[in-house]
Amino acid sequence: MPQVEETRAQGARTSAPAQHESPRSDVVAIDVDGLSKRFDEIEAVRGVTFSVQPGEVFGFLGPNGAGKSTTIAMLCTLLRPSAGRATVAGFDVVSQATEVRRHIGLVFQDTTLDDYLTAEENLRFHGELYGVRSDVLARRIEEVLRMVELWERRRHEVRTFSGGMKRRLEIARGLLHLPRVLFLDEPTLGLDPQTRAHIWSYIEELRRREQITIFMTTHYMDEAEYCERIAIIDMGLIVAEGTPSELKASVGRDRVDLHTEDDDAAIRAVRDRFGVEAKSSEGAVSMYVVGGEEFVPRLFAELGVPIHSVRISRPTLDDVFMSYTGRTIRDAEASGGERLRSAPMGRAWRRR
Amino acid sequence: MIESAERLTVTPTATSAWRDDLRGVRVVWQRELVRFFRDRLRIVTSLAQPVLFLFIMGTGLSPLVQTGGQNFDFRTFMFPGVVAMTVLFTAIFSAISIVWDREFGFLREMLVAPVSRGSLVVGKCLGGATVATFQGTIMLALAGFVHVPYSPTLMATLVAEMAITAFALTAFGIVLAARMQQVQSFQVVVQFFVLPLFFLSGAVFPLTRLPAWLRALTRIDPLSYAVDAMRRAVFAHVAAPPAAAQALNQGVTWGDWRVPVGVEIGIVVLLGLALLMVAIAEFSRVE
Repeated sequence: MPQVEETRAQGARTSAPAQHESPRSDVVAIDVDGLSKRFDEIEAVRGVTFSVQPGEVFGFLGPNGAGKSTTIAMLCTLLRPSAGRATVAGFDVVSQATEVRRHIGLVFQDTTLDDYLTAEENLRFHGELYGVRSDVLARRIEEVLRMVELWERRRHEVRTFSGGMKRRLEIARGLLHLPRVLFLDEPTLGLDPQTRAHIWSYIEELRRREQITIFMTTHYMDEAEYCERIAIIDMGLIVAEGTPSELKASVGRDRVDLHTEDDDAAIRAVRDRFGVEAKSSEGAVSMYVVGGEEFVPRLFAELGVPIHSVRISRPTLDDVFMSYTGRTIRDAEASGGERLRSAPMGRAWRRR
Repeated sequence: MIESAERLTVTPTATSAWRDDLRGVRVVWQRELVRFFRDRLRIVTSLAQPVLFLFIMGTGLSPLVQTGGQNFDFRTFMFPGVVAMTVLFTAIFSAISIVWDREFGFLREMLVAPVSRGSLVVGKCLGGATVATFQGTIMLALAGFVHVPYSPTLMATLVAEMAITAFALTAFGIVLAARMQQVQSFQVVVQFFVLPLFFLSGAVFPLTRLPAWLRALTRIDPLSYAVDAMRRAVFAHVAAPPAAAQALNQGVTWGDWRVPVGVEIGIVVLLGLALLMVAIAEFSRVE
């Protein structure tokens, strides 16, 4: 997967004779080393290290207040790190802040649209501020607005939009200047389930159509599944990192449910031949095994009892979070996770 | 979208940071104008106050004020003051949009853009100044009602003086707005500064024959110099009886020295630039 993404990205970028310092497309999209941020008495981010490859969809999963937004704020140059180092698109977030800003798109938790301008005017403002060439700006605005299905509403003032429409417009705006990295900070926060699903279908489409790296944060377990790779962050530290399936595999066993001709015989056979304790529950034979997918073919070959159906269930990311932090993400949020929720991004532009 | 990616070549079209910044100034300035002209109701309603001052308060005060001659309209004296007042209110309140943008998030959209903070502040300042000058220019249309002639040189002079004043006042508003979190608190702070600025400026009464303490305060108010410069321009174009000019157009004096127009304009310009520098410094801090 990474190779495919990289080649595609290179192909598209080589035709671009950018006059500014141009980032090399083979460069790591995000490279972070020991990044920390301290606010007065609270250490919001305590030395995180990770890197994101070009074209990857990388997610930060953690409860509110874990340090996700603070990390994003540092990566998009809104906050100065207390320690450590980070590059985005090959540019240092402290010493080359303007170059970083040129190459990133941002969608914040709270809307940052001008309600009294139309959808099109918001995009035009953004495009001009980012120096998108005037001969391509109009077409680019049409492309992104069509993609998020707001083209028909382009002349409407944003204050008439619903929350979901605003978020879509912000995603469109974040993409307008063809950033190399798109940051999505809780892109579906505060939206209803249908709209959330809608937003995710756009992000999926984005991944297919635009050559872009996506860095996102979420505290929804099911949404982290959309990421190719995730880092689980808790109390300002990365506690685990990998693909969702790797992480779930690291928890250990899968659950296998069987419907058989003879449940009692099946339970005995499983114990005798595989050394696995199975039990009957809700009309099925259930057992927990390491590597469920490899286990099932052996089951068919060696069980000796006719099998009607099989279901394998993986551990969820909830189980993953639990196994690394010793508590569920819901518990983590309940126990004072709110301490930092609005502060980090807020400090970047508010004072005191 | 894939073909667009090949064509688009990422963003930059400018070739230097200087061009980027110029772009930032222009875009922010344009937005101020778009938003101002979209809100027509505000343009009309914010004219109500100066019109009230000029025609109700001015007419009511006329019999009380010694104009040094029966045939001189006190409102002619008030006219430049009321025009300056229009500029004052519009300019300071245009800075409110910064607080508004902060409260509603749009400020972040600007702060993360690849342009310097300074260019955003300059754009905002020019935008507010343009809008305030425009609003003041509408007031100039009323000149004929208070015996001020529509002389092109007079109008041009007044517009130029308004523009300089508007720039300095917007810069002041931005300095105030830089730390403000809520629109409501900004309004309170603005009232705290704006009314004294207005009353001490000699916009509605002559600055001569005042008690020493008040006299000193009016000399500190930078708006006094702007109002006086505009009033001199008006008096140069009306046939005021010498007694009226003596009573109403004494100007700002330091001791016995009447401060020349050039110095008055210079004070306003320098102050405007100094406030602009402060505003840029306020916004340039990363955190």
